Amino acid sequence: MKRFGPVLVVVLTIFAIWYVGSFLMNRTWVMDQAARAGTDPGFTEVLRDTMNQDRAKLPAPHQVAAELYDGVVNKKVTSKRSLVYHGFITFQTTMAGFVLGIVAGVVLAVAIVLSRFADLTLMPWAIISQTIPVVALAPMIVVLANAAGAGSLLVPKAIIAGYLSFFPVLVSMVAGLRSPGGMQLDLLRTYGASPGQVFWKLRLPASLPYFFASLKIAVAASLVGTIVGELPTGAISGLGARMLIGSQFGNPMIMWSALFAAAILAAMLIWIVSGIEKIAVRMMGGGQT
Amino acid sequence: MQNAKPGDRPLSDPLSQDMTTPGAVISARGLSLTFQTNDGPVHALKDVSLDIKKGEFVSFIGPSGCGKTTFLRCMADLEHPTGGSITVNGVSAQEARKARAYGYVFQAAGLYPWRTIGGNIRLPLEIMGYSKADQAERVARVLELVELAGFEKKFPWQLSGGMQQRASIARALAFDADILLMDEPFGALDEIVRDHLNEQLLALWARTGKTIAFVTHSIPEAVYLSTKIVVMSPRPGRISDVIDSPLPKERPLEIRDTPEFIEIAHRVRDGLRAGHGYDD
Repeated sequence: MKRFGPVLVVVLTIFAIWYVGSFLMNRTWVMDQAARAGTDPGFTEVLRDTMNQDRAKLPAPHQVAAELYDGVVNKKVTSKRSLVYHGFITFQTTMAGFVLGIVAGVVLAVAIVLSRFADLTLMPWAIISQTIPVVALAPMIVVLANAAGAGSLLVPKAIIAGYLSFFPVLVSMVAGLRSPGGMQLDLLRTYGASPGQVFWKLRLPASLPYFFASLKIAVAASLVGTIVGELPTGAISGLGARMLIGSQFGNPMIMWSALFAAAILAAMLIWIVSGIEKIAVRMMGGGQT
Repeated sequence: MQNAKPGDRPLSDPLSQDMTTPGAVISARGLSLTFQTNDGPVHALKDVSLDIKKGEFVSFIGPSGCGKTTFLRCMADLEHPTGGSITVNGVSAQEARKARAYGYVFQAAGLYPWRTIGGNIRLPLEIMGYSKADQAERVARVLELVELAGFEKKFPWQLSGGMQQRASIARALAFDADILLMDEPFGALDEIVRDHLNEQLLALWARTGKTIAFVTHSIPEAVYLSTKIVVMSPRPGRISDVIDSPLPKERPLEIRDTPEFIEIAHRVRDGLRAGHGYDD
């Protein structure tokens, strides 16, 4: 209970601010309607009318919750209006991008740590890559992937997700692989260890805590990359596409429910990655030094 | 200070360098090491000559900056001298290192947190390619030797600092090197644990007959443990006195209250003061 107390306070505060915001933003429409009808509604009537508009500027939390529930439970998972369907498309791409990002990040980090040449040539480009707005890059990646014969949107979307998620893995792995101190390296030197043995016996295991810490950031970045990939690329499925549809058809409820579906998906992914991290830490001696 | 007298006795190995003293396991001749820093050169070691014979327990004592650790690291080929020569087992320090001639114990235990105590001791054995059965047998044997039997499956954080340092000594003993180089191994431990480990180390030395070079900044520790005490002084790092201990090999802790012990400690202190007094 001690753990949930503060979380509950924050959530309740957010809901309170949200309700106040809904009231203030949706009031204009209620007043306009009233003026047109020539009536003078009291406060309770205005309040009631701001909380259940179909096309509210800012839908109230309970409306979003209802829409979310409807989209998850009441629609068949094969339906184009099911959030489970769209969420699964996004999840799939996120995982593909995540794996791509991990592989790219680890391979580049190993190269950078083992080779001074790679350190000098690759690292600056890796940093520059993150300064380019991915929204600008996404359509180009889609065009190039199609030209290369990718067939579906999965590949370019996964590349965009991997493009965002490789960087935290790279930076953490470089730090992790370089974390063994002079004494640890001297010790292996006294054993006459080969560079390969130094890597497998010392550098790699020493980097694993850094690796797992970076996975949480990488999985979130991969999800963001996937949704960004779904926005400007003409995708028709995925939570990002759903948000765009909501925006284009002037239906904020679709946008908000897709947004929350994405947030719930992110929470689930991070929870799973944290679980894997905990198991790994336990297998590596409890993580204490 | 002892001087090399090549030719006094016939060399057993004709390839040995002329400068090497027969019977010396570690032999340094005119050893110098100068670090180039932004503030100009620092003479960590200057013209240091010393022989360590087989089975000796030699302590290096001196204030910080006297080069005692640097000297030890030169023996281990972790530092490269800029002048003079050093041989270990009759060959260069580098060849000796590659032949796994010594075990090195650092000031911190430096156990891998992701390996158990047994796994940590197995580390050098894995690197040197011992068979699985041989590894298990050796781990059990050295754990027994440092009185840590039963802790093989524990992780380092489950052990006290003193036990961790014992495990690191076991790790250095696991592969049967005849030389043990120890760089202030008990420096971070409290007095009581330190006394106990000193006793254990002497017992271990008596049982294994290893040659031990031991860096310390504690006078009682140096006198209690050593058959030879090398007093060093800084700027430039050099040997100011070499004391051969007359104490018997059998040394209970109470020996520290005997007049002989106090006399040696006094001489060490004098040596330290003489080397230290001229510029600060």
